[in-house]
Amino acid sequence: MQKEMAYSFPDEVLKHVFSFIQSDKDRNAVSLVCKSWYEIERWCRRKVFIGNCYAVSPRMVIRRFPEVRSIELKGKPHFADFNLVPDGWGGYVLQWIAEMAGAYPWLGEIRLKRMVVTDESLELIAKSFKNFKVLVLFSCEGFSTDGLAAIAASCKNLRELDLRESEVDDLSGHWLAQFPETCTSLVSLNISCLGSDEVSFSALERLVDRCPNLRSLQLNRAVTLDKIANILRRAPQLVDFGTGNYAAELQPDVFSNLAGAFSSCKELKSLSGFWDVVPAYLPALYSICPRLTSLNLSYATIQSPDLIKLVSHCPRLQRLLVLDYVEDSGLEELASSCKDLQELRVFPSDPFGVEPNVSLTEQGLVAVSLGCPKLQSVLYFCRRMSNAALVTIAQNCPNLTRFRLCIIEPKTPDYLTLDPLDAGFGAIVEHCKDLRRLSLSGLLTDHVFEYIGTYGKKLEMLSVAFAGDSDLGLHHVLSGCESLRKLEIRDCPFGDKALLANAAKLETMRSLWMSSCAVSFGACKLLGQKMPKLNVEVIDETEPPDSRPESYPVDKLYIYKSVAGPRFDMPPFVWSMDEAVKILH
Amino acid sequence: MENDLNLKATELRLGLPGSDEPERQMIPRPNKRTLSDIVSEGSTSTTEEDHQDTAPPAKVQIVGWPPVRSYRKNCLQGKKDEVEGGTGMYVKVSVDGAPYLRKIDLKVYRSYPQLLLALENMFKLTIGAYSEREGYNGSDYAPTYEDRDGDWMLVGDVPWEMFISSCKRLRIMKGSEARGLGCV
Repeated sequence: MQKEMAYSFPDEVLKHVFSFIQSDKDRNAVSLVCKSWYEIERWCRRKVFIGNCYAVSPRMVIRRFPEVRSIELKGKPHFADFNLVPDGWGGYVLQWIAEMAGAYPWLGEIRLKRMVVTDESLELIAKSFKNFKVLVLFSCEGFSTDGLAAIAASCKNLRELDLRESEVDDLSGHWLAQFPETCTSLVSLNISCLGSDEVSFSALERLVDRCPNLRSLQLNRAVTLDKIANILRRAPQLVDFGTGNYAAELQPDVFSNLAGAFSSCKELKSLSGFWDVVPAYLPALYSICPRLTSLNLSYATIQSPDLIKLVSHCPRLQRLLVLDYVEDSGLEELASSCKDLQELRVFPSDPFGVEPNVSLTEQGLVAVSLGCPKLQSVLYFCRRMSNAALVTIAQNCPNLTRFRLCIIEPKTPDYLTLDPLDAGFGAIVEHCKDLRRLSLSGLLTDHVFEYIGTYGKKLEMLSVAFAGDSDLGLHHVLSGCESLRKLEIRDCPFGDKALLANAAKLETMRSLWMSSCAVSFGACKLLGQKMPKLNVEVIDETEPPDSRPESYPVDKLYIYKSVAGPRFDMPPFVWSMDEAVKILH
Repeated sequence: MENDLNLKATELRLGLPGSDEPERQMIPRPNKRTLSDIVSEGSTSTTEEDHQDTAPPAKVQIVGWPPVRSYRKNCLQGKKDEVEGGTGMYVKVSVDGAPYLRKIDLKVYRSYPQLLLALENMFKLTIGAYSEREGYNGSDYAPTYEDRDGDWMLVGDVPWEMFISSCKRLRIMKGSEARGLGCV
């Protein structure tokens, strides 16, 4: 190859062209074209997404991409949301922050999901990045309001502070007062997860007052209904608003003040919050309902008639999150009123109750599938299902991309025929050709996995619980699902055979989680030995896995691809099957 | 339809090369309840008859099922109370001498014996029996808890319902230290 080709572009031109390429996939493709493109691309990559913080080390990222301005990291496996991952497992962000503090002085955006973030980490962020703009802590934990105070005080141009679903040690509401008077740049503030009874409300009001670009504000439960009007009048430009608790004694002046405040928000499209709802205050929303595209009522313990009334005012609704108090009747109303609906999530009001407390069955979901042709994303908790209903849903909604069904009692069969639900889920994967995410429940045999392996070619994430008969089930999935990235399995009779036969597949995936299955310690060791590109970690809180025979099944297993080798921060109950590590033990 | 994974065709197998894969049995772990112990057939029974010797009598919830996040579960309970700990849902458990905290969901347990058994299993220690007069004297460890008023009490001093509604966090103390608490 000649060193200078007549038709090659100068670097600046290529850089300029590359700046229009935002998606990671495309950027990765660009970097593979030739060495010079690789070099140019890596110097101008500004955004990095790391789906598993242990797949690569901070140093490796910094070495390859020296000029990053925005980073997104994910830590714990998804099943950590349901307490299957013990505390202390890992996902610490501190080392990342420490290394980036030195290498990326211009880092402006940090987005973390399921990571352990300490006050020390937050203080380090506050100190190290002069141009810090965006902090999103999604389902994180380990920090307190002291750490938030450091961020508020130091980040002069903070645009976004989003703590959604994180666990914060609420020491004092006064951290909000740490935002200096000169801070006017906030665009998004989500403090809905904070528990404190003393959110410094006056500090919040003043902050909202001086931030004219504030578009998204989610208050926490401690903020009372009578305070909402004050906030909204200071921020009529809001597009996305989360109330605090929505309860008060019905008083006409409070009501009209609230209704007036809502109606002055001409841009408001999305609402959430609604803890402790007093239904009589819902009509205060009616003036903005026609514009609403997203409504999160998943904490609102209101009954179906009130929900129906509200929803019938929202013809443009695209996204609805709600408790199963909505019942089949409410969903039927939704199906007839909200033709633009794309996403529906129905959560259980009484997940541990044995008898159904509400009249929500498969009928509600069938009605929505019939009435809402744009439906793409479903999360549905219910207590009974039938193959016939699933087939109907599949045929009505071929555009589904995410389908998560949770039938509350494990191994529940088709309530009409008492058959397994294999055929129903089979219809889902067969008809919904763009399905990317699927969660299974109910009584399921190996057959359902055969369908999934055959039809689920675009499936990227699969969650399985209490299903299957044998290794064949797992084998179908691993050998058939070409796009599979994340697989999480609990309480299934899947063992060594399928895992070992498909070991190479694991290198093409982000991660595999298996708990309470039948994978032996010996198989784990073998995988760790033979597959150097995988980290194979066994989790056992009761005793070391090698204190038992090799044929003994492990409690929990987490396998993920990594170029960083085994991690250094494993707690005593996590064992790496990497050979090198074993020698050091 | 294949009913054999043709394991020999793959490189990876357990056992020495040249020997056939030994037949492996599933060895149940001691104290581990199998799924059939935990989950009753069909849907609605809550009675004691489902369980065998080692399992506690009432239907105990399966960890992490249904898959609902803890902050959601907590929100549906005490409406005005704080999300974390105030109504006896997820509470932190610390053990003297152990570096890691654990969190447990008190709602999963129906009685003190169930809770104590779970703690013993989780931390591999013995707590022994509670007696009104002597607390946990004679045990290596004694479970204590911090209640809503900030006082540290011996687990078992108050009726169960009162305990779970007021317990904010648990601390399993070394037996010697716990003698200051409780009734003695």
